[in-house]
Amino acid sequence: MAEVILTGVNKWYDAHVHAVKDVNLHAHDREFMVFVGPSGCGKTTTLRMIAGLEEISSGEIRIGPRIVNDLPPMDRDIAMVFQNYALYPHKSVYDNMAFGLQMRKFAKEEIAKRVKEAAAILGIEPLLQRKPRQLSGGQRQRVALGRAIVRHPSLFLFDEPLSNLDAKLRVQMRVELKRLHERLETTAIYVTHDQVEAMTLGDRVVVMKDGVVQQVGEPMELYGKPANKFVAGFIGSPAMNFAEVTIAESAGALWAEATGIRVKVPPASTAAMRPHTGKHATLGVRPEALRLANGSDPAEYVFDATVDVVEPLGAEILLNISAGPHALVARVDPGVTVKMHDKVRLAFDPAKLHFFDHSSEAAL
Amino acid sequence: MVIERKWKKVVYFYVPLALFILFTLFPFYWMAVTALRPDPELYRSWRASNATPFWTLEPTFEHFVGLLQTTAFPQWLWNTMLIAIVSTVISLICGMFAGYALARLKFKGSEFLGTAIFITYLVPQTLLFIPLADIIRNMHLGNTPWALMLTYPTILIPFCTWLLMGYFKTIPKELEECARIDGATRFGAMVRIIFPVAVPGILSAGIFAFTLSWNEFIYALVFLSSVENKTVPVGVVSELIRGDIFFWGQLMAGALLGSVPVALVYSFFVEYYVAGLTGSVKG
Amino acid sequence: MKPAVAGAGGAAVAALPGERLVVSRWTRLLENQRVLAVALLVPGVAILTIFIAYPFVMAIWFSLTDISVGTAGKFVGADNFKKAFQDTIFQTAFWNTCFYTFWATVFKLALGMWLALLLNRHFRFKRMIRAWMLLPFIIPTVLSTFAWRWMFDPTFSVINWVLYQSGWISDRLPFLSNGDWAMWCAIVVNTWRGTPFFAITLLAGLQTINPDLHEAAALDGANAWNRFWHVTWPLLLPVTLVVVVFSVIQTFSDFQLIYVLTGGGPANSTHLVATYAYQLGVASGLLGEGAAISLFMFPVLCLVVWFQLRYLKRMEGA
Repeated sequence: MAEVILTGVNKWYDAHVHAVKDVNLHAHDREFMVFVGPSGCGKTTTLRMIAGLEEISSGEIRIGPRIVNDLPPMDRDIAMVFQNYALYPHKSVYDNMAFGLQMRKFAKEEIAKRVKEAAAILGIEPLLQRKPRQLSGGQRQRVALGRAIVRHPSLFLFDEPLSNLDAKLRVQMRVELKRLHERLETTAIYVTHDQVEAMTLGDRVVVMKDGVVQQVGEPMELYGKPANKFVAGFIGSPAMNFAEVTIAESAGALWAEATGIRVKVPPASTAAMRPHTGKHATLGVRPEALRLANGSDPAEYVFDATVDVVEPLGAEILLNISAGPHALVARVDPGVTVKMHDKVRLAFDPAKLHFFDHSSEAAL
Repeated sequence: MVIERKWKKVVYFYVPLALFILFTLFPFYWMAVTALRPDPELYRSWRASNATPFWTLEPTFEHFVGLLQTTAFPQWLWNTMLIAIVSTVISLICGMFAGYALARLKFKGSEFLGTAIFITYLVPQTLLFIPLADIIRNMHLGNTPWALMLTYPTILIPFCTWLLMGYFKTIPKELEECARIDGATRFGAMVRIIFPVAVPGILSAGIFAFTLSWNEFIYALVFLSSVENKTVPVGVVSELIRGDIFFWGQLMAGALLGSVPVALVYSFFVEYYVAGLTGSVKG
Repeated sequence: MKPAVAGAGGAAVAALPGERLVVSRWTRLLENQRVLAVALLVPGVAILTIFIAYPFVMAIWFSLTDISVGTAGKFVGADNFKKAFQDTIFQTAFWNTCFYTFWATVFKLALGMWLALLLNRHFRFKRMIRAWMLLPFIIPTVLSTFAWRWMFDPTFSVINWVLYQSGWISDRLPFLSNGDWAMWCAIVVNTWRGTPFFAITLLAGLQTINPDLHEAAALDGANAWNRFWHVTWPLLLPVTLVVVVFSVIQTFSDFQLIYVLTGGGPANSTHLVATYAYQLGVASGLLGEGAAISLFMFPVLCLVVWFQLRYLKRMEGA
């Protein structure tokens, strides 16, 4: 039971590579916080600094009441689950799980009790005497989890634990992990490159890029109110559509204009966009916010396009369309019957338009 | 597998292989035959016709008996075994520690040290024995097994260190990291997790060191003077030739018996030995 | 709430409920990578320093003095080296060493490669044969060399006997009584001893070559020799290089074989640098001169290793 606070944390490699840049984060007690981002964004490095496996170049990390900067991993009261499980090959499952407790000189009976308890929660009791090489990937995963649980640590750390599992198992384990977290009520920090895992598992999600925290927030907040273009494009699948537009004033209202697209800036955003009149900006709209126009859609929020590719997914259809030079993706109902090269008219949902500054990419 | 004709197989495969085996093993066979031949049969001129050139109809153990009873051979065997075991243990421990430090720990000068250890391998023993004789004498270790137990590691440590370094590098880092998070110190993680997982590598280094120890000659020759303290190679060379006369029967018996312990130990660890041989070259 | 605790060193860490953490100063210190590395390296480095580095420096010092057994030496500069250059025995010894190393290595490589190719197939008793084949390398050199000496003995040689009985020769071959013959005999023994080392190591290298490559080459029309030369040999080059260097280092500084086989004779014609240095240093007691002779080996070895490293780096880069 502990909160994790990172203040001004930086990591330099060799004075040239600035892997983690001035990270400030606060994970609340019992929160499941997910770090997500593309490879090389610094999420794993940050996790390893929290674990004590990397030295902190500058800044401070607190776990619970203690500043842990100089504490070796064994003193931080944490447990970690690795991508490759890191099970001790020469020890049985029981000994793997008992190792941490043995290191801390727990009594034999207490160790036995805790191991059996954890094994029961994870359903691996029949495996206790086996060696890791006799287990399947999913079973090894559970043993790795069990090893972390028995210690009753203040903080759980996960380094892409589901990446090595096949797709079906991954989905199953995701649900189990969430249930486990509910039950254990311990703060957890989880690193992944998969935004689906981030959205489904995290109480709050931290999006990172190039060592910088882009945004911290609850999943739906990141989805609906992305702080910048990167977050907008990273979260959500298929990714948000972007188009370069120029903001023009006409008849007292602002319009976003580009070849093939002319859309009115919704009233809600007008105040924010006014300073950008006459300049470039980036327009963003999610595939699910586009639909085939029917007669009742207001003309300001409609545009014409040609269908390039139709991808039927069963529950929905993805339309790859082009409007002028812009290639966009729209998610439409399965009942829609259009074919390649058809000309269609699409409508935006004005409430779901996003604008981003052209140079800084921040949301406007 | 590329298919080939049957006769080609015989000519290009079985015949050469048989020749190699013959060439390789004949000297040992000859050693054994000579050791079992009675003296009169032994010293027959190369020209004399011989009904049983390659074996003997009257095998005798007199050479072995003579060797074991009239010379200090048993003592030499014991000395050599003791020295080999102690040197191997010392070198293994040093090699395990050094190999781990160089493979896993980041510190300034690790590359330099790795190269330095490699360079020591290039310094020939025939250069060092001269000043070493002095040093050993000053330490009052002359003519004692400790003279060798401390100097053999100089040949064995570089090898053990490389071999184990290469081996440690193949063990995933996560194992140690997990152990450290679980509560082990760095040293504890090394000893409880890394070393047990590296047992095959350690056995390879150990058996290789053991055979190298048995094979060492020049330091033993220079540092050991009294007959009871000698090792098998030195003893056989210096004591079984009295005057100018070679007692070939006993010599071959000695050579055979002297080879048996090494061969025996080797036979239990063949796979490890081969792994050590190939591992050192690749790593 | 427990008080915030910072830092390593001897500071106590607040124990968490249910645990008994016993932490000592030493444990803290050894967590530091640098400290631990030093602690781990000390035993090995100490032994190597005391028994290699220090004597090496001493040997260099010796080689620059006229020290001999019983008499302290005075500095004579490069006299010992000059003497060595002019010493005909040394010249012979140096030439012998190069000759011996060169031919032995060539034979070991060729035979070792051939043997490795043979062993690379599947056949019954493969494991056992492979184990037996390594025996020459395992058995102490001195002992096996004695067996060869017996086989080359002027009066009792079994080789002479076989050749005579089958009519190939009418007079015995002067294996060890003629300088040139003796060198070749030494090369034969060294080859006998070292081929297994080459064979086993090259075999391991061969086993890493994807068999698909040979099959593709065969389909392309290459015969066995071509397959070897164009596919196997290039891929095996790194391993070959390392094995050759190891072998050259060993063979160049070889002592035991010649010492037992010929003792350097007849008439100092088969001396190697190592055996001659021994003769000067121990038999004659001229430590300074012996050291100087030995030192000639070191730069040659360094050169060999340097060449190999450069070649390897170039190959890795390519």
